Amino acid sequence: MTLDTGTAEGATEIPYPSVWPCGAKERPSVTLDTVKHAGETPDVELPWAELGLKQDEYARVRDILGRRPTGAELAMYSVMWSEHCSYKSSKVHLRQFGEKAPATDALLVGIGENAGVVDIGEGYAVTFKVESHNHPSYVEPYQGAATGVGGIVRDIIAMGARPVAVVDPLRMGAPDHPDTKRVLPGVVAGIGGYGNCLGLPNIGGELVFDACYQGNPLVNAGAIGVMRHEDIHLAKASGTGNKIVLYGARTGGDGIGGASILASETFDDSKPSKRPAVQVGDPFQEKLLIECTLEAFAEKLVVGIQDLGAAGLSCATSELASNGSGGMRVSLDDVPLRDSTLSPEEILMSESQERMCAVVEPDKVDRFLAICEKWDVLATVIGEVTDGDRLEIFWHGEKIVDVDRRTVAHEGPVYDRPYARPDWQNALQADDAGKLPRPGTADELREQVLKLVGSANQASKSWVTDQYDRFVQGNTVLAQPEDSGMIRVSEETGLGVAIATDGNGRYTKLDPYTGAQLALAESYRNVAAAGARPLAISDCLNFGSPEDPAVMWQFVEAIHGLADGCQQLGTPVTGGNVSLYNQTGEAAIHPTPVVAVLGVIDDVARRTPIGFGTEGQLLYLLGDTREEFGGSAWSQVVHDHLGGLPPKVDLERERLLAEILISGSRDGMIDAAHDLSDGGLVQALVESCLRGGKGARIVLPEGLAASGDATDDAFVALFSESAGRAVLAVPRSEELRFTDMCGARGLPATRIGVVDGDALEVQGQFSVPLTELREAHEATIPALVA
Amino acid sequence: MTARVGVVTFPGTLDDRDTERAVRIAGLEAVPLWHRDKDLHQVDAVVLPGGFSYGDYLRAGAISRFSPVMESIAEQAKAGMPVLGICNGFQVLTETHLLPGAMLQNNHLHFVCRDQKLRVENVNTAWTTEFAAGQEIQIPLKNIDGQFVADARTVDELEAEGRVVFRYLDVNPNGSLRDIAGITNSAGNVVGLMPHPEHAVDPQVATGGTDGLGFFTSILKKLVSA
Repeated sequence: MTLDTGTAEGATEIPYPSVWPCGAKERPSVTLDTVKHAGETPDVELPWAELGLKQDEYARVRDILGRRPTGAELAMYSVMWSEHCSYKSSKVHLRQFGEKAPATDALLVGIGENAGVVDIGEGYAVTFKVESHNHPSYVEPYQGAATGVGGIVRDIIAMGARPVAVVDPLRMGAPDHPDTKRVLPGVVAGIGGYGNCLGLPNIGGELVFDACYQGNPLVNAGAIGVMRHEDIHLAKASGTGNKIVLYGARTGGDGIGGASILASETFDDSKPSKRPAVQVGDPFQEKLLIECTLEAFAEKLVVGIQDLGAAGLSCATSELASNGSGGMRVSLDDVPLRDSTLSPEEILMSESQERMCAVVEPDKVDRFLAICEKWDVLATVIGEVTDGDRLEIFWHGEKIVDVDRRTVAHEGPVYDRPYARPDWQNALQADDAGKLPRPGTADELREQVLKLVGSANQASKSWVTDQYDRFVQGNTVLAQPEDSGMIRVSEETGLGVAIATDGNGRYTKLDPYTGAQLALAESYRNVAAAGARPLAISDCLNFGSPEDPAVMWQFVEAIHGLADGCQQLGTPVTGGNVSLYNQTGEAAIHPTPVVAVLGVIDDVARRTPIGFGTEGQLLYLLGDTREEFGGSAWSQVVHDHLGGLPPKVDLERERLLAEILISGSRDGMIDAAHDLSDGGLVQALVESCLRGGKGARIVLPEGLAASGDATDDAFVALFSESAGRAVLAVPRSEELRFTDMCGARGLPATRIGVVDGDALEVQGQFSVPLTELREAHEATIPALVA
Repeated sequence: MTARVGVVTFPGTLDDRDTERAVRIAGLEAVPLWHRDKDLHQVDAVVLPGGFSYGDYLRAGAISRFSPVMESIAEQAKAGMPVLGICNGFQVLTETHLLPGAMLQNNHLHFVCRDQKLRVENVNTAWTTEFAAGQEIQIPLKNIDGQFVADARTVDELEAEGRVVFRYLDVNPNGSLRDIAGITNSAGNVVGLMPHPEHAVDPQVATGGTDGLGFFTSILKKLVSA
């Protein structure tokens, strides 16, 4: 960029926001651009375009202020009006989640707060949320992923809850691409390094490979927190004279412009390196923040609270003020700095991690500061709540920001971007996966089973999950590779919560509406398979550029699907996150809505694991199997194919299946259960056998394949990905009671075999020893990263 | 009356609440101890739980050893008070020189979390009397700096004096010398190990195993009969 430094006489020094686009080396000396000065120099050009604002958006800022903004004001508007912070492209569609929200009394706090809060009974409430940290994790995998965990955890503490678990749904590029070897180990080490040091068990997530994520890996992070109902805290600043306390880490130069530049633009090769815009995490500091925040909550010292994430102080001050009843006055001189040369604009935009902002009544400030001191956390009063609607920020005694706080935080631009079904969608759907060549002999079938369970996407993920502490806090009931993670909430009663995250970009590419519902259905099914009752969801919507009408169409369709699905299943959306611009050049990622379903279980002693642990137990397949291969793991692994239609969704059937799984678990009729999803029945059988260390003898149902051929029948039974299914191990003594229950409720239940021996044997077709399956299943990922 | 077991919290300690729970499950009274407080509140024994004290940015346990509470604990330990260091607590004990050797980063350089099989090699320490000699137990393990090292003479001495208390079986998860998972001082009152017995006390959670209870029932028996 060019910089006009005035005439040769040097008479005019140009006020300039000192937020330098990455790569700029020099910083000219500048005079302070105060509000007064801005009023007197209306014609000064500001670098609004470099900060990510569009021309009409800048014009709107001028309209709102009735003058040109100061550099500091421009910095604030540009970050707060970025896609990342303002949801300007998605807002009009996200409204559906509220409009179609099912009637439920479980929801205590809905969309719009740091995280939603759900009532789980016995006076307990649970808050949970999934967020993305995609772009930073590609630029700097370790720190990008680490600070993703840090950010979501601060959202949870800001609600007043103690964080009790994290999950991490990941999408990486092609498994054999050299850059995947850079990104994956870095991301896993970052999540582990941060989460382990924080003392949060990592209990679930996903790892999916696909070439479409090569330049845009998806690093989503979810967290759950638990609190008593009366401890819910909201992010608002009220009560004139109340103090604004900034506590946690000092403010440094890291992450400046991260929100506006890094998260809201497409990567391409023409721009300088963005490395300096990625923040660096300090999990030890965050652990102290958790403890001192919870102690302050326990002593009822906090009126409102907000974490500092994207857009840093700009976001925290404007949102706290905007959510409250008054204005706010802040002195930036009081902000503790790591780098004393930071300009006020940089201080406002810095995304230094591990910082929080609390609103505290004046007579409680001393006690609040004492608690921070106890935990060695730096805490400073930087301002106070004022009458009126202004957010005023001072630097060296001069006013550099004077805005109506709502115009920054909540009244940003809203776009209803054009969207259109892409012209390639019909051809993609017409390319039916059902026509792909199928295994013709039992030997080929066996070979494809081994290929499937050893493929990167279907292989064991223990190389990843063994780098995460899943035991800390002592309440982990289930963790990966179980269908859901499960945490005990009450030691006295055994009350617990379960969470599962799922998303399938391949299905969603084939049909975004159905794909989003399939993600919901799978996550819902996973929670029920563990014995928990699904209550609510959070979502992380990962898509390409909203400026591409085809991507926008995928986005709109997916939201429709999800909102309709949640309405039908009675699980409200409590909040979540939208990540757009996940594309490299023209190529967008597969549309990837990731859905996290939260469930409750009355007594964790009744949870259902996936492992077949007891010989002689009977295996039942619940649900209907059809010839459905569009987007399937088989079509990808064996044929590298993506086409046709994804499996059909029947949400009423999902609900019925869930009821059977939950009742069966509660009444002791089920010893193990595993949901069927990608990879179909055979994948589930292999995982359950390996988990429990026991084999299975399987007699497959007949008549599934149109061809009528026996091997083809077996192929469909094993590899189809029809939704609404699960495989169960039922003790012989419970068989009659169990089949009666399924019969009475109208759920198809087919006996398909027995837990037995040390091989997976499909009668009339093939047998594979567990040792061979284990080798195929467990060797893949370590070999990829070696 | 029961015995009082202090559980220390340093900044960055993670398993303090879990350890207090394990202490309670075994029928002991758990007394939280704060790193800045030299007063041990008349506890009969102390557990230094796992975590990343001070972030372990320097060297695991290197800063904690200078805390006021460690001054008192070292003094009492030398006078015979039972002390158990788990994971980060073990690291603190070596830094304090209450136990010999040191801990390096795992030889594979990754954090590892697994259900670990151990053999109990010494059942005469304050924390292991309830186990049988040679008993094989399953205890969850989770660490990044868990590779036990010491000079050859020290290791030989530990072996000769029977001060290797636990040895890894099947898999050596971190490259520790001679599969050493835990050791004791010559008096047998101070024990340190990398695996986490407090995560193996409750059939409802973690792996469902309860082999970790023996640590706490051992100390209960010792203190109550004393």
